[in-house]
Amino acid sequence: MFKPIRFIPDDTKIKFMLLSRYGYFASGVACLAAILLFVFVGLNYGVDFKGGTVFVIRTEQVANLDELRGKINGLGFGDAELQEFGTGGHEVLIRLPAIEGGEDVQRVVQDKVKQVLGAGVEYLSIDVVGPKVSGELAQQSIMAVLIAIIGILIYIWFRFEWQFAIATVMSLLHDVLLTVGFFCLIGIDFNLQIIAAILTIVGYSLNDTVVVFDRIREYLRKYKQLPLADLIDVSINSVLPRTLLTAVTTLLALIALYIFGGEVLKGFTLAMIWGIFVATYSSIFSAASLLALLGVNRDAIQIQPSGSKAAAARP
Amino acid sequence: MLYFSRWKVIAILLSVLVGILFAVPNILPREWQDILRERTILRPVTLGLDLQGGSNVLMEVDRKEFTNTLITQQMGDVRAALRTARIAYKLNRTPNGVTVQITEAADADKAYDVLKGLTQPIDTGLFGTGVASSIFTLERSGQQFTYSFSESGIEARVSRAVEQSLRIIENRVNGSGIAEASIQRQGRDRIVIQLPGIGDPDQVVKMIGQTAKLTFQLVCESQPNAATDNPPPDCVSYPMKEDPQQNMWVQTSSAATVEGGDLQDAQAAFDSRTNEPIVNFRFNQKGALRFGKLTAENVGKPFAIVLDQQVISAPRINEPILGGSGQISGNFTTEEANTLAIVLRSGALPARLIPVEQRTVGPSLGSDSIHAGAVASVIALAAVMVFMLIAYGLFGIFADIALIVNLLLLIGVMSVFGFTLTLPGIAGIVLTMGIAVDSNVLVFERIREEWRHGRTALNSIETGFKAALATVLDSNLTSLIAAVVLFGVGSGPVRGFAIAHAIGILTTLFTAFTLTRLIVFWWVRTTKPKEVPL
Repeated sequence: MFKPIRFIPDDTKIKFMLLSRYGYFASGVACLAAILLFVFVGLNYGVDFKGGTVFVIRTEQVANLDELRGKINGLGFGDAELQEFGTGGHEVLIRLPAIEGGEDVQRVVQDKVKQVLGAGVEYLSIDVVGPKVSGELAQQSIMAVLIAIIGILIYIWFRFEWQFAIATVMSLLHDVLLTVGFFCLIGIDFNLQIIAAILTIVGYSLNDTVVVFDRIREYLRKYKQLPLADLIDVSINSVLPRTLLTAVTTLLALIALYIFGGEVLKGFTLAMIWGIFVATYSSIFSAASLLALLGVNRDAIQIQPSGSKAAAARP
Repeated sequence: MLYFSRWKVIAILLSVLVGILFAVPNILPREWQDILRERTILRPVTLGLDLQGGSNVLMEVDRKEFTNTLITQQMGDVRAALRTARIAYKLNRTPNGVTVQITEAADADKAYDVLKGLTQPIDTGLFGTGVASSIFTLERSGQQFTYSFSESGIEARVSRAVEQSLRIIENRVNGSGIAEASIQRQGRDRIVIQLPGIGDPDQVVKMIGQTAKLTFQLVCESQPNAATDNPPPDCVSYPMKEDPQQNMWVQTSSAATVEGGDLQDAQAAFDSRTNEPIVNFRFNQKGALRFGKLTAENVGKPFAIVLDQQVISAPRINEPILGGSGQISGNFTTEEANTLAIVLRSGALPARLIPVEQRTVGPSLGSDSIHAGAVASVIALAAVMVFMLIAYGLFGIFADIALIVNLLLLIGVMSVFGFTLTLPGIAGIVLTMGIAVDSNVLVFERIREEWRHGRTALNSIETGFKAALATVLDSNLTSLIAAVVLFGVGSGPVRGFAIAHAIGILTTLFTAFTLTRLIVFWWVRTTKPKEVPL
């Protein structure tokens, strides 16, 4: 059997606690930028949240976007957004806003658009979302993210201590905020798939953070005299290979999905790829060091019975 | 930790085998799948509409119109009751009910008794055991009476309307020959209709949503005229189908009306003389009797055939129609006649349904997505496997075996439990590949750490598993929280992702705790390693 290649050197002794100062600064600036982007640029909400009609069409000839736009805007349903869908120039995505007049009139849009585009156009997909449903979906999505974060807060609080829970949630919010900021910046359609991506990033980021925290808790029991800052440094360093290797395998899968998985999933995959970077960064540079700021009640950690962890400590 | 009792080994291998067996139908030819589906619980995974192509339509009860109809009915009942009791009154429609002003103060008490009787209770509870509650509550202040909606009464009526609509829609969809459609209630006032393979649902949606309330009503004036004319008493004007600019006044009293709800059958046909598409209908006994009486009393006069507040045609009654059957003609196309026959057979919807969301994926985009998803999955799998092999050598092979079993289990579980695989679901599977190896990475890194800290090979492996698996459990359970929330709150495509992701987390936990350990256990037992090859 050949010898495995070590991608991450052994016994790294990186001073993460020192670096975390810059980490806070960088995170702070990034979060501020994300908030500013959100306020001044805003998200490009898709039909899921705004209502309206989206067509994906395939044309026989290479599509002339300007001509199509002219035809559709002539209908007077508001400004149509057109963009190429995939490569090759035959597929176009057309987005029209919801029109006034309640739920019932939305279907008029597709009838008229079909008329004006005429024959020779294949409709790959048509989504019509009424104003009521889109409002509900937006509400549900915000609820989903909040419920997930609260659920996680409670879980971590039970499994660890409240300081761990706060630090976790802070870094989750950081990740969510940066992902939202990223989407403001690149202006990709913000839809239900992206909400799924954000929740998955939340799950992944948590995964990363919990692994570090597990190790910190274990060392807290083992090295009772070690200062907290040093202990956190040792903990992050010892799980560093795992954190990075897992990020790599996940990214490998996601990049394959981004390149080969088709146009429909592009937004989702892009959000996930970005999220893996952010989550990995925050679990290394901010989550654990936040713990040092909050302080940990070491006595509580010693007393808390946890069979498997205690057994794992080396004699 | 590394010891497995014989029965445990058998249990693990058996579950793996069963799981893989569940996944097998997905690669069998179509005919075999059908045979298995009939005789066993084995089946291929159900593809979502975004993969097989089709249409997903969400319809909602039009509450505003529904309550308006209820108010109109209530007003009619009040009129009839007070007229019978010979009480003078004035009626007013309010946004959520009716007010009745009794003219003579002396009549007020009598009127109260009459009006009280019109708050008929309806059953709101399940299985007929619930508390009865009426649609309207009655309030009195002196000579003024106010009916207003009771929240629970309306909810009960809407709920019943949805139940009835489900059956009617099912009949309509089946009647038009659409295969494998699924029609389900969602929430209090919505119905989800899934139509696989329907690339252009317009026609279907129009048919499903059509109220199809058919009435035969006597005409007030023989010539259609504009709506601005003086309205004759107890008449209402409806537009004509042939020329919607023109209106026709028809009588509204129940004595001059026969409801289409009394139809027994309706069939599309062609008129034997003009060869024009028509719809033949037949009344049930009660309807036939009423229709016979009405036509016998009004020979020579025209009557209007009204469908959803539109006059389809207004033929003259040449002779009493006593047989209970007749025909509707109205310049139909063949398709219109067919649809009309279907909706008349299935009966009128108790409430108007409006499409509030409609998502359609054409068959070509669906198959493109399947293809892209498959290619991406295979490449992702290969990339992760090769990486694990490079990073962990022999242990990488163990991880790769576990990964493949994990994926087969995931597909098997989704297939046999009938979970729907959507395009985001494929993304969930691909993501599972990336994350599933994490459990192995955690264990292997820990083993290596222990080994480098000077433990024996066996001891390192044992301690590594023990310490790392606790972390694996913690980290996967937290991810599971996010996935479960996503499933609970999400809809449609997002749910597809949540299901695949959640099942992926569970199968990952299973393989991490059983299979990987078992493989390493066998390896330790057969080779008695002095070193850890990590």
